[in-house]
Amino acid sequence: MVVHGLSEDDADRIFHALADRTRRDIVTRVLHAEQSVSDLAERYSMSFAAVQKHVAVLERAGLVRKVRRGREQIVHAGLDVIHQAKSLLESYEHLWRHRVARIDALLAETDTTQGD
Amino acid sequence: MPVLDTRLDTDDLTLTVVTEIDATPERAWQLWADHRQLEQWWGPPTWPATFHRHEFEPGGESRYFMTGPDGSKGHGWFTIVETDAPNRLVFKDGFAGDDGEPTDPEDYGTVTVTIEPAGDRTRMSVQTRFRSAEQLTAMTEMGMAEGMTEAMGQIDSLVAA
Repeated sequence: MVVHGLSEDDADRIFHALADRTRRDIVTRVLHAEQSVSDLAERYSMSFAAVQKHVAVLERAGLVRKVRRGREQIVHAGLDVIHQAKSLLESYEHLWRHRVARIDALLAETDTTQGD
Repeated sequence: MPVLDTRLDTDDLTLTVVTEIDATPERAWQLWADHRQLEQWWGPPTWPATFHRHEFEPGGESRYFMTGPDGSKGHGWFTIVETDAPNRLVFKDGFAGDDGEPTDPEDYGTVTVTIEPAGDRTRMSVQTRFRSAEQLTAMTEMGMAEGMTEAMGQIDSLVAA
């Protein structure tokens, strides 16, 4: 199961990395298409160095990968880690979906006195 | 009625599940207040829950275990923080050791349940605030016992786009 591929430290790094709006936005952008750090820097009202720092946090969490191409640093999505983080959350959601299904079944079973 | 919405807020590590159920708020409250009803839905069918203590009042303690297909047990605890029947319930939810007592009393998720009328149905929202991502990992593990196979499509299609 993919979730077990994440250590607790990995999970903490991922959550820390995603606990920032700019970083979440960077992940969304690079999921659609790779971006150079300078492309990204143009999109935000912050310095190149600040954007670079955000990218470094994401990189440590494995959410993005950076490769050098000529003079450019290209940022890619770290698909396997994004996938794992997503499945972690989905599995919690899944747990609750099943609980709600059981509540519905329980209510249907015991609904003998209520009119509606 | 299925789950209407789930919202994850990574800023404060909360996950909110909103559902509408076909019952009155008073009836929905009983799902939590009565441990015999709680037992019927808290654990997955393959990991049914048994509550051997359920003091449903502020400051009250609950202890439960879930029994897996191989007979192994996973223990858990609640501490009830707030009850405002039938609209609001706040409790701490954590893991316990084999003796049934909290492994770490400071390691818990805070669950806030809000129950309100919605037409002739009842809207129930359950917000869990995790203390760490690690805890979220642990909490999903029981749910994983049911097997998660679906819901992976979204990211795959995004990747394919």
